Amino acid sequence: MNISEKILATASGKTSVKPGDIVDANVDKIMVHDLTGPLAIEAFKKIGISKVWDNKKVVIILDHQIPAESVKMAELHKMLRKFAKEQAIRLYDVGEGGICHQVMPEKGYVMPGSLIVGADSHTCTYGAFGAFATGIGSTEAAAVFATGKIWLKVPETIKFKVEGQFQKYVTPKDLILHIIGKVGADGAIYKSAEFAGPTMQTMSIAGRMTVCNMAVEMGAKNGIVEPDKTTSNFLQPRVTKLQNYESLKSDSDAKYEKTIAIDVSDLEPQVAVPSSVDNVKPISKVADVTVDQAFIGSCTNGRIEDLRIAAQILKGKKVKKGVRALVIPASQEVYAQAIREGLVEVFTESGALVCGATCGPCLGGHIGLLASGETCVSTSNRNFIGRMGSPEANVFLASPAVVAASALTGKLTDPRKVEA
Amino acid sequence: MKVKGKVIKFGNNIDTDVILPGKWLSLIDPQELAKHAMEGLDVSFPEKSKKGVILVGGKNFGCGSSREQAPLALKYAGVQCVLAESFARIFFRNSINIGLPVIECKGISTAADDGDEVSVDLEAGKIQNLTEKKNLQGTKLPPFIMTILSDGGLIENLRKRLNKK
Repeated sequence: MNISEKILATASGKTSVKPGDIVDANVDKIMVHDLTGPLAIEAFKKIGISKVWDNKKVVIILDHQIPAESVKMAELHKMLRKFAKEQAIRLYDVGEGGICHQVMPEKGYVMPGSLIVGADSHTCTYGAFGAFATGIGSTEAAAVFATGKIWLKVPETIKFKVEGQFQKYVTPKDLILHIIGKVGADGAIYKSAEFAGPTMQTMSIAGRMTVCNMAVEMGAKNGIVEPDKTTSNFLQPRVTKLQNYESLKSDSDAKYEKTIAIDVSDLEPQVAVPSSVDNVKPISKVADVTVDQAFIGSCTNGRIEDLRIAAQILKGKKVKKGVRALVIPASQEVYAQAIREGLVEVFTESGALVCGATCGPCLGGHIGLLASGETCVSTSNRNFIGRMGSPEANVFLASPAVVAASALTGKLTDPRKVEA
Repeated sequence: MKVKGKVIKFGNNIDTDVILPGKWLSLIDPQELAKHAMEGLDVSFPEKSKKGVILVGGKNFGCGSSREQAPLALKYAGVQCVLAESFARIFFRNSINIGLPVIECKGISTAADDGDEVSVDLEAGKIQNLTEKKNLQGTKLPPFIMTILSDGGLIENLRKRLNKK
């Protein structure tokens, strides 16, 4: 079995599973946030059960629209707090956490080998830690609240075998954009995406999170990387007991639907051009694009490593007049670390606006929305029509290095051409 | 279970941001959500769909966000069933869970056009284009999914199962 199959077998109490099997799996953790939680609670109340199956396994994180930007959202936040209090569920409120997919591993809710479901499509991020993690909807979340179980079809797996060393200012974001461009927005539909090979083995946790985060953008059910020393180094101080993950590897005779080999040695910075995530081009092939807004943040690229690379490019320079540069750390922990390292000062001195940890403009909910005819270069994960505001706005997806370089020039820019 | 209606057709990779834009996610009343169904592509959609329609899509229908507000908006806007070449998995599950029938059907995007009258036999996965006199076979839904649909969604289904115990 491969690693995803092993986790699903364990979660459903079987010795083995194969693609196509439908299993009734036990959920280790479930997460809902402020845009999916309210519907989940409404649905849960209709089931007719008073208590969730295990309140220690449920996490609620306010992140999409914090602090509340409208009375409507304030009411939903209030509803979530009330439910969390009644059920004694841990809720990460404004100022405590940040973006759910950063907070879950930071606070020790993600373990290698565990089955995690979340009412958010980017739940697949936790595969970076060797967990099987997948997104679900609100009603399904309510059913998990009640039973602790979920039916899952064991997916076929595509293995991405990545090798080679990234050039300077080429990042894991460029790798995953390249992969999505190669296989298409439905290239891994219903499937598991296993990221392996020497490049993944030497990649930081932050990079692995970026890669797994965007697995859903090619339709994948989950993205996953085998856990190793890098994983345990991150998790060790955050969890009470790290289970043995040595055997949590794909067997040498594991089955894959196909294996796709990728060498990143010659990869240049990649850009997803409007309005689909698989419309990916190397930056040298994208014609002059004038930028109105540059956004660094989101569950894809709001980590300390992302802020460091952006700060390295912005240090001692000024954001081009006419460009609005927004920097949003993924969590309070990341924010505090950025302050300690002097990065927040670099950003503010350069003329970028640093906001508190939230999903922010990524989904066009609040903060930094785009007007018609405007263009944003963004480190987030989706460039769909209307995603960040007006349906007549354009979003180009890229790495933090590309976004920072573009903020300086006011045009979509290869970071390797801006002297740092 | 059978449904029938006129077709409204869309293309490939129809994402949940165009089905229900993010700015409306603070709405939880399905009737309110319905007013914004497909707003990213066609603001007049709710007007066209209110008498009951069959939505036809290409590949990867419902990709993107896990927002259940997307299928909810479609259901309450009058969509009887969504037929597509393929679906994004979260959208597929969400639709079943809220009681909106969805059937994968290879060839549907070329076999049906706007305004065609289409009838769908959900158990059998059989699709008839009554206007064009064409029959198609979609992927049959497994019995446990049909039960969820006939119960009216996952919550009703779960209530029944829990009461039995």
